[in-house]
This record gives sequence, structure tokens and C-alpha cells, in this order.
Amino acid sequence: MTGASHYLSLAIWVPIAAGIIVLVAAGRDRDAATARWIALVGAIAGFLVTIPLFVQFDVTTSAMQFVEHREWIPRFEIFYAVGVDGISMPFVLLNSFMTVLVVWAGWEVITTRVAQYMAAFLIMSGLMNGVFAATDAILFYVFFEAMLIPMYLIIGVWGGPNRVYAALKFFLYTLLGSLLMLVALIYLYFTSQTFVIAEWYRVPLELTTQILLFVAFFLAFAVKVPMWPVHTWLPDAHVEAPTGGSVILAAITLKIGAYGFARFILPIVPDASRTLTGFVIALSLIAIVYIGFVALVQKDMKRLIAYSSISHMGFVTLGFFLFSPLGWEGALAQMVSHGFVSAALFLCVGVMYDRMHSRLISDYGGVVNTMPYFAAFMMLFAMANSGLPGTSGFVGEFLVILAAIKVNFWLGFAAGLTLILGAAYTLWMYKRVIYGAVANDRVAALKDLSRREFWLLAAVALAVLAMGLWPKPLIDVMQVSVTDMIAQVAKSKL
Amino acid sequence: MSTINYLSVLPEIVIAVAACLILMVDVFLPEHRRNVSYWLTQLALLIAACAALQAFARHPGALKAFHNMIVSDMVAAVLRIACFVTVSLMLFYGRSYLNARNLFRGETFVLTLFALLGMQVMVTGNNFLTLYLGLELLSLSLYALTAMAKERPQAAEAAMKYFVLGALASGMLLYGMSMIYGTTGTLDVDLVASGISARHDNPMLLIFGLVFVVSGIAFKLGAVPYHMWIPDVYDGAPTAITLLVGSAPKLAAFALALRLLAGALPGTAIDWQQMLIVLSLLSMILGNLIAIAQTNIKRMLAYSTIANMGFMLLGFLAAGTDGFSSAMFYTIAYVFTTLASFGMIMLLSREGFEGDRLDDFKGLNKRSPWWAFIMLLVMFSLAGIPPTLGFYAKFIVFTAAVTEGFVWLTVIAVITSLIGAFYYLRIVKLMYFDEPLSDAPIVARADTQLLLSGNGLLLLVLGIFPQGLMSLCAFAMTQSNY
Repeated sequence: MTGASHYLSLAIWVPIAAGIIVLVAAGRDRDAATARWIALVGAIAGFLVTIPLFVQFDVTTSAMQFVEHREWIPRFEIFYAVGVDGISMPFVLLNSFMTVLVVWAGWEVITTRVAQYMAAFLIMSGLMNGVFAATDAILFYVFFEAMLIPMYLIIGVWGGPNRVYAALKFFLYTLLGSLLMLVALIYLYFTSQTFVIAEWYRVPLELTTQILLFVAFFLAFAVKVPMWPVHTWLPDAHVEAPTGGSVILAAITLKIGAYGFARFILPIVPDASRTLTGFVIALSLIAIVYIGFVALVQKDMKRLIAYSSISHMGFVTLGFFLFSPLGWEGALAQMVSHGFVSAALFLCVGVMYDRMHSRLISDYGGVVNTMPYFAAFMMLFAMANSGLPGTSGFVGEFLVILAAIKVNFWLGFAAGLTLILGAAYTLWMYKRVIYGAVANDRVAALKDLSRREFWLLAAVALAVLAMGLWPKPLIDVMQVSVTDMIAQVAKSKL
Repeated sequence: MSTINYLSVLPEIVIAVAACLILMVDVFLPEHRRNVSYWLTQLALLIAACAALQAFARHPGALKAFHNMIVSDMVAAVLRIACFVTVSLMLFYGRSYLNARNLFRGETFVLTLFALLGMQVMVTGNNFLTLYLGLELLSLSLYALTAMAKERPQAAEAAMKYFVLGALASGMLLYGMSMIYGTTGTLDVDLVASGISARHDNPMLLIFGLVFVVSGIAFKLGAVPYHMWIPDVYDGAPTAITLLVGSAPKLAAFALALRLLAGALPGTAIDWQQMLIVLSLLSMILGNLIAIAQTNIKRMLAYSTIANMGFMLLGFLAAGTDGFSSAMFYTIAYVFTTLASFGMIMLLSREGFEGDRLDDFKGLNKRSPWWAFIMLLVMFSLAGIPPTLGFYAKFIVFTAAVTEGFVWLTVIAVITSLIGAFYYLRIVKLMYFDEPLSDAPIVARADTQLLLSGNGLLLLVLGIFPQGLMSLCAFAMTQSNY
């Protein structure tokens, strides 16, 4: 255990403070350049303060580290309590890293209300760190909900033509789930007289109660993941969101749903989870296979990647509900990897969209002739998305399939279909967009990556390759926490 | 029996004297010196608030006065101060609005003060008749205030509806009180309570009386099916008066419910809980659903009030110290949010322009990012999204309800609040996603701007640190023996 450290609080509040400073200091449109620089400095500072979390992380314990515990609302024994274990720490890092990229990605692209755009992302970044770090349920809930506000504005203000519909759909879908979760949280408080999440792991609950709680939590997190059939908000939100919004949505927001499964559902209602395993696995497999086919026929690149995200997140939920360390580690690795890969693909689409103002696959063709560097980067990310060994995409999928085969061969087989489907829809899209003859004059006039775009994609590419070739640091961080959590989940609470 | 104790009603005395004084002074003031009456009113509010704070410091417990007709306890102290602050802010926000509509007159201030006096009597009443007198004083002043804008035909119509329905409700309340008097032989709140608890069974007459009393309270709160007057009055009255009707009287109505149901009739809790469940459910569902269809923001907020009172009742019907203090927290939080929402409408209004259509909020972020942000806070607070005060209001009410076993009721409440989020979000959408219809600059007095900004930011600050207000409500309830 590290003594009194404030790294987590810094990780939460530095970006939020930076966001407020951007708004106050450079709120007017003519200060756009200042706003960009303050935002970049804030985002980098936010990332730097999370580095000690990784460097000083003690991989031998599953206890919460870097804990802070302060009274907040004593009337209900609610604490400002934060801490990370091996399950949540990687996501704080991932989120802070992505924020830097997103600020950078919006550099020249966003020209209207720059300060508000940058501030929304910075504030959201802080709130999402809060979600991963909170160890008090109400603190978690406050961050979880507050996050919706900036995301709603990001989609609605800077999004595409159908942005209003998408923003509203996103907000109401996610709110429905989280409000039911609020009732569940209050019920658990009523049973246990505490809002400390770890205490709830030990509260005995009847099976009927567990199942009702499961339903409430499940709705909240399944909508966020999103699982089939409550996934329909995601393609709309992705298509209409600006590039940065898509990146954050895919890389971090979806992970919060999956994180909720690991932090709340499985350990708090383990018996209900076991009872309903078949149900969740069925939904996950439908997501993996059916949504994979849906992705195949998409005409819009962003929509295709959105469906691919749903399909990949199906792996995560599948991995969790296999109840084995292998499955969990696979699921978590898949979450981190998908964070990088989907973000990278959305950045790639953003690069093309900024030039052509179209996301339709049919408007492209032969891009490699005019943008060779870009084609090379996109090739790498497409491969990672199909789960090619050597890229980060492989690690998670492989571990989950392995865990699935141990449970049941056909389960593993069905999950393994993704390797074919993923390759099919990603590479087919890649072929149609990048290869072939130059499709039209506008493609012929394309310019290759600017220096900013080059380094942006290079940074993600590096992360994808590093994770694929040497996943050990990540697995090490998770191992002890995962093993202990599985032991927790294995205990009956009846 | 306690004796007369003038000190315990010092705030009421201050307001009553000030109202009479301003009525006299105003007669001798030339037209351009009208702000003398305005500032005198504000001064009276300040003095009364100081007097109320005094009572706070002196008597933490309940103090009965005027032969048990009046009770001056912590609940009264907190609600009184909330009323003073609310009315004072209403006058600050409404100043330019009233001025532009030729309503910046002595009568407005005097009637407002009398309405306030009525609220104070309701807050401190410990006898059915005291409570009823307070209610009538409040209602009559509000009828007159609603009708003040003579050139607005809707205002007269609204006042008429308000008066007819309000008189009916008062009649019902009085009828119910008389039946309770018939069974218990007393009008004293404490004696009614002990009289009922001494019996083994509750006679039909008592329950019958209870039904009428609950109807009267529901009318004042605006709970479905006694909500018909709310949209018309909110819409028809000048916005400043709407603000008065929609804010502080909710505090008084809450006090009325508390004194009657929790103070006098706890012995029939099982019966009134069932009635309140129906009222609460209908209000939440109907209020939130009908609000969606509104194109006028005042009407929308009217239905939002109905829904919000449903949530408040959810906490109230959970009963016990936790339930009542949660309802009190909810009411106070709601009133402060309402203040900011109508304050914003008046900020956008100009001479000859009401600014009360939803479309008038279009593109506010382009016109003024700051005011758009304040309105955003107000809307998210009404929707109950953290980190705003509205979230804790819902949270504390839900907690009280779940603790008392009303889990399914809470689940329905949660679903209706999702429906509510839709129309609050629409305002945010209009402000942030759409293009403005006009680019008229937003001009307002400096004090209005400052207070309205403070009011809006307070929703955020109290949303991050809600402990103070929460423990104040809990403390008040415990000290007052509820």
C-alpha cells in the first residue's frame, strides 16, 4: 500500500480544472489558439500525473492502491473514496492517454467554439477517471452520470447532420439504465448501511433479490457496453459524433460498461450471475456473430467500425462470464486493446473525412495511390482489428477463445468465428477504400498525412504493437487482482 | 398551556408592520420614486430574516405561543428563512420585468408581503384555524397578484380559474377540518394527535375528514388530480408573479402538509400514505408526460412542478424523520431551482417580449455562453443529473422511500424521471444545438445578473457539497419532533 498519495485525485481534477481554465481564459472564439494550447498542456499534465500510478503500482496485491478517503456526505456515510487495483488502473492510464490524442486530433479540425470543445473533452476525461477510481458507489454514480453531460454536448454541438437525434438517443438510453442502477445502489445501502463497494461483496443476499439487482445493474452496464439488443444507440452516436467524440466513446465510454460488470455485477450478485450465465453468454455470442454480419454490410465506415466495436465488446462480456482467470484477463486485455484499435480506426476515418467530407465506402477507392503513409497505418490498425497475432487485438481474443474452449468446445468455436468475420468486414472495407483504381477526382486530389496526423497515428500504432508483442506488463498488473476477484465471485452469497 | 410569546412571532410582526407601512408610504410617493417602496420591501425582508435567525439561535426546541395556536420550531425557522430568501430573489429577478409592464407598483409589494405573511402563518400554525387563516391570506393575495396585469386578458382568466378552484379547495380543507373536529372535539394540532392515538379504531368520519384535508393539501401542492389550475395560472400570470406562485408557496404547502398530516394526523398515517401514493404516482406520470407536449416554457415548467411535487410526496409518504426531512430537502432544492428557471425567462424578456416560448431559448449559447451554462445547470438539476442539487433531492427521496419498503414505487418514479429528462434535455438542445432566432443582446441589471449567476452556481456547488443542507433539514425535523 502506498501511503498518502494524491495521484488519483490529480488524475481526476487536473483535467477538469484545465477544462474550466480553458473556458474562463479563452472562451471567446478569437482566442481559439490559446484554447488549444491550454487544453493540450492540461491534457498532457493530466497524463503525466497518471504515470506514477503505473510506475509505483504494486503488482503483488489485489488491495486498492493510491487510496484516498475523505468524508463527503456523512449523513448517508458517503465518502470521497478513490483507489485503483489491477482491474481499474490500466483504464485510468488509457483514458488520460486518449485525452491527449483527442485534443491533438481536434487541433485544426474544430474551428467553431473551440474552447467549449476542448473543455468538454477535458472535463469528461476527469470524470471518467473518477468512474474508474471511485470506490464509493455514490461517488461512482455521480461521475458515471455527470459524464453524460459533456458527451451529450459533444455529439449535439459538433456532430454530423443527424446529431440531435443521436445525442438524445445516447443520453436517454444510458440514463434509463443508470437510473435503475441508482435504485439498486440505494437498495444495497438499505441492506448494508454502507456505500463502500467492497463491503457489498460480503453482504449476503437472497437469490430473488440478487436477480432483481442483477437486472438493474445489467441494464445500466449492458446499455453502456453496449450488448445486443440495447446497442442501437451506438452506431447513431458514433456516426454523428465528431472524430474526437467517437474516439472517446469507443476507447473509454464503452469500457465503463464492461468495467461495471467486473466491479459491480459479478462480485455483488455472484449467484444471480451464475444463474444467468447462459443468458449473458447467449447475448454475447449474438453480438459477436450476428453483429459481425451486420458490420459486413455497412456502407458507412464509421457505422462499420461501430458495429465492429459491439462485436468486440461481446468478447469482453463473454470473457467475464466464463468465470475463469483466463477469461477475465482476456476480457480486460481485449478492453485495453479495443481502446487503442477502435480509437485508431476512428482517427483514420477522421483523417479521410476531414479531406473528403464523406464516410461512405463507395466514395473512396485507390486511396493508397495518393496517401501511401496513411494506407500503411490503416493497414496495421485493420489487422489489429481482425486480431492478427503480433498486434494487441490478438491477445484478448486468443485468451477468451482459449477460456471458452475449456468450458465448451462449441462455445469456443462460435466465439472463434469472430476471427473470420472480423477479418472479413475490416479487410473488405480496407480493400474497397484503399486499394483498386483511383475512384474519382477527389480521391486523386487527396494529400497524405500532415505531420500532426502522422505522429498521432504513430503514437497509437506504437501502443498497438507494444501490447501485441509484449503484453506481459499489462497481464502482470491485472493478474493478482483478477485471481482475487474470481475467488470473490466464486463464493456464494446465499 | 404556554402563554402569549410575542418574540416567537417577531418575523411575522415585522412583515405585517412593513406591509402596512409600505401601503401608507407608497401613497405619498411620486411615480418616479417607486423604488423607495421596492427597497423598503427588501429591507423588511432582511430584518425579518434576521429576526428569524434570532429565533434560530435562541430556541433549538419547539416553542408554543399564543395559547398553542403558534409553534416556533426549527422547521418553522428554516422554512421561514427559505421563504424570505425566495421572495427577496423574486423581487430582484422581477424588477426590470415588472417595470417594463407597469407592474412596478406599491400594490405589488404590499400584496407580495401579505402573501408572505400568509406563508409564515402556515409555516408556524399549530391549530387548524391558524393554518387555514394563513392559507387564505396567501391565496387571496396570490389571486389579486395574478390579476394585476390588467392589459393581459389571460391574466384575468387565470386569476378567475385560480380563485374558483382555490375557493373550492379551501372549502374542502375546511370541511375536512370540521369533520376532524367532530370526531376529536378540538382544533389544536397536538390535541388532535393525542385524541386519535387514544382511540383503538378510527371512525369513518375521521377518515372522511382526512380525505378532504388531503384533497385540500394536494390542491395547494398541485398534485394530480388537483392540478388543473397550475398550467393556466403559470402561463397566464406575468412571469414575476408566476415565480412567486411557483416558489415560496410550495414551502408553505409542504409545511401545511407536515403540520396537518404528520403533526395532527399521524394516527391515520396508514390511510394518508395510501392516498399520497396515488397522488404521487399520478403526478409523476401525468406531469412528466404532458410536459413533453408543451411549446411554452412556462407551461412546461408548470407540468414539471406537478411532477416534482409527485417526487416530493414520495419522500413525504415514506414518513418518519428521514421521509419528512427528505421531502423538505426536495422542496427547498426544487424552489431554488425554480427561482433560477423563471429568473432566466425574465432575463430573456424585454419590453413587449415575453421570452416564454421554448423557441426563444434557441441558440442561447451563441448569444451568451454564460447564461446558457446557467440554464443548463437549472435543466440538469430539474432532471436530477449529478453533480447538481436536483440529483441529491431525488437521491434522498428515493433513499427514504426504499428504506420504508416502497421499492416498486421508487422504480416507477425513476422511470418517470427518465421521461422528464427528455423535455429538460430539449431545452439544452435548443440552447446549444440550434441557431438563435434573434441576436438581441441580453441586458439586465447588475444585481440581477449577480444574484441569478449565484443562484445557478449554487445548484452546482450544493450538488457537490450537499451535506450542509441535508443535515440542516434532518436537524430541523429531529428538533421539531417529527
